[in-house]
Amino acid sequence: MLTVIITLGVVAVIFGLILGYSAIRFKVEGDPVVDQIDAILPQTQCGQCTYPGCRGYAEAIAKGEADINQCPPGGETTIIALAKLLDVEVKPLNGEHGEEKLYPTVVQIDEQSCIGCTLCIQACPVDAIIGAAKQMHTVVETVCTGCNLCIPPCPVDCIHIIEVKPTVRNWVAAFPAEPFIAPHAQ
Amino acid sequence: MTVTKTISTFHGGLKLKGNKQLSTGTAITAAAVVSQYIIPLQQHIGAISESLVSIGEHVLKGQMIAKPGSTISAAVHAPVSGTITAIDRQPVPHVSGLPDYCITIDNDFKDKWVKTQPLAEDYNNHTSRDLRQLLRDAGIVGLGGATFPSDIKETEMDTHTLILNGVECEPYITCDDMLMRERAQQVLAGADIIGHIIKAHECIVAIENNKPEAIKAMQAVIDADGTGFFRLQVIPTLYPSGGEKQLIKIITGKEVPSGHFPGELDVLCHNVATAYAIYQAIYEARPLISRIMTVTGHGIQQPQNIEVLIGTPMKDCIEQCGGYINDNCELIMGGPMMGLTLQSDHLPVIKATNCLLIRPCTEAADTKTHLPCIRCGKCVEVCPVRLLPQQLYWYTSCKNMERVKNHHLFDCIECGCCAYVCPSDIPLVQYYRFAKTEIRHKQQQRIASDTARQHHEAHQQRLERQKQEREQRLRKKREMLAARNKNTDSNNKEAITDAIARAKAKKAEREQAATKQPVKQ
Repeated sequence: MLTVIITLGVVAVIFGLILGYSAIRFKVEGDPVVDQIDAILPQTQCGQCTYPGCRGYAEAIAKGEADINQCPPGGETTIIALAKLLDVEVKPLNGEHGEEKLYPTVVQIDEQSCIGCTLCIQACPVDAIIGAAKQMHTVVETVCTGCNLCIPPCPVDCIHIIEVKPTVRNWVAAFPAEPFIAPHAQ
Repeated sequence: MTVTKTISTFHGGLKLKGNKQLSTGTAITAAAVVSQYIIPLQQHIGAISESLVSIGEHVLKGQMIAKPGSTISAAVHAPVSGTITAIDRQPVPHVSGLPDYCITIDNDFKDKWVKTQPLAEDYNNHTSRDLRQLLRDAGIVGLGGATFPSDIKETEMDTHTLILNGVECEPYITCDDMLMRERAQQVLAGADIIGHIIKAHECIVAIENNKPEAIKAMQAVIDADGTGFFRLQVIPTLYPSGGEKQLIKIITGKEVPSGHFPGELDVLCHNVATAYAIYQAIYEARPLISRIMTVTGHGIQQPQNIEVLIGTPMKDCIEQCGGYINDNCELIMGGPMMGLTLQSDHLPVIKATNCLLIRPCTEAADTKTHLPCIRCGKCVEVCPVRLLPQQLYWYTSCKNMERVKNHHLFDCIECGCCAYVCPSDIPLVQYYRFAKTEIRHKQQQRIASDTARQHHEAHQQRLERQKQEREQRLRKKREMLAARNKNTDSNNKEAITDAIARAKAKKAEREQAATKQPVKQ
């Protein structure tokens, strides 16, 4: 009886030490769930979800403060991916936060009208606008996420939304027509 | 040398009706010169070329008008002398049907060449690196169909075997056949140059046994050469023997593993047309501004091979060959198996245009709707890459891209064998093309969102840093002010006491004076 207690006690202590050591040695930095959610979000950084940036929204979802259907740029695809990750029900997009975009967009500054006020530069969450005070500004199209945050501050309304059209380098082939099923087979 | 070695074979494949005799009746003729050439900036695999010219500029024939956009890219040259009239998006022959950037040149009909001196035999004294640069400057790309920049392909140094691909397995196409019949000497001289660059020990010329005349012509030149470097290998006619990996399997018996390059098996494969283009670049200082193209099919009046300048409108080539037999014809760029159907003939001939196939519409299958898959497994039997076409189809149709990738979708060479044998007429290649482009698009989106995340994080960090710097500045200023205030406070007190003392002294003086001088009443 005593040997059993001692043996089990020793084993328990050994495993306890191993676990304790692993907890320190293999400590996970940051919150992996937040990172996983953040990886799904489109990184538009538009703030339509009412949180500052995609990371903030990811943290709110992880804490259970926010719902998964608050991201209009991500739309249905993002909601489905989030639901799969968090093992929750898929919901339609919450209309309060905006409509899902049908096609990708970026903004363009009408350089003739720009007065060089730098307000759009300050509003851009990804530093996609270059320019200086009283100098013409321009948008780096490849960096622009289409968040449209630069549009409201512009005092002369010279920023316009333009559609990003597919090119031969990023086109997606059409999905072939579905098979024909004869009426009697259905 | 004669055919001695035994050869291997690859899995699957199809025996197809060649229809090659249609276009081999006449010799290669030069295409008519036209007044306007449209040269796309993306005619190769890799990054788009960067334009070196501006609108209104006069260019000479053979002048480089666009340089490679990155390492894997190719230069583009002016096919004629003339004036640049536009640099904009124009319709191009691409699967997507989307327009792309092109340079338009108006021909001045002077045919004035840019001044260059060919290397000719002197190339033997040049290093591989110099010659690769020369090929890069000449805009040479693989002319077998994939248009991969040749200078990149030849970085495989000390490769033992060079395989010269004269297989041309797709039905109807005869441009390589005709090239070998008429210009065998030049093709092998080009192969010699490649051999010199990659330091090859032997060159195996592979030709399908349905081209006896090309075999005869090449054999004659090989016999005359007498160095023993070349060896002709006749292979059985089986589609797609001309695929790089399939041909390597036939010749060497070795399979190029998925995701690896032939160079790792000590083999390099080049098309005969590419070898000819390399010959022209070295011996004639002629960059890749023209190619031999087959115009064939049962829908054209005079099927033949023409040597055409890159950028020539297809419409003019078709007119030169007598035009369509009727209005109801289908135009395909490439062969019937791997070619792409074009919606219009107002498109330029590009480096990849090896064939224009014109078929009366009745000959083409109606692919609008198809029947469901019955899992007969015929596609599995014919797949030369040993994939599972029906699994790829099922996963693609339910858009399970992860599984499609795991089933090696990207090893698919889009040869079309599976779709050809499918009893339900499922356009399988279209499904794979959808899956490939969809996966690629998702990857591009992923890269874009990762960049956006990095930019946003950098932006946030910058804001934070600026905030701290501002606070620090303010704090310093406050401290400085506080210190100064302290000083001024003590100064003030002294000044006040001084002033009080002075005032008291004055008062005392006045009082003294008053006592000495009594006030007059």
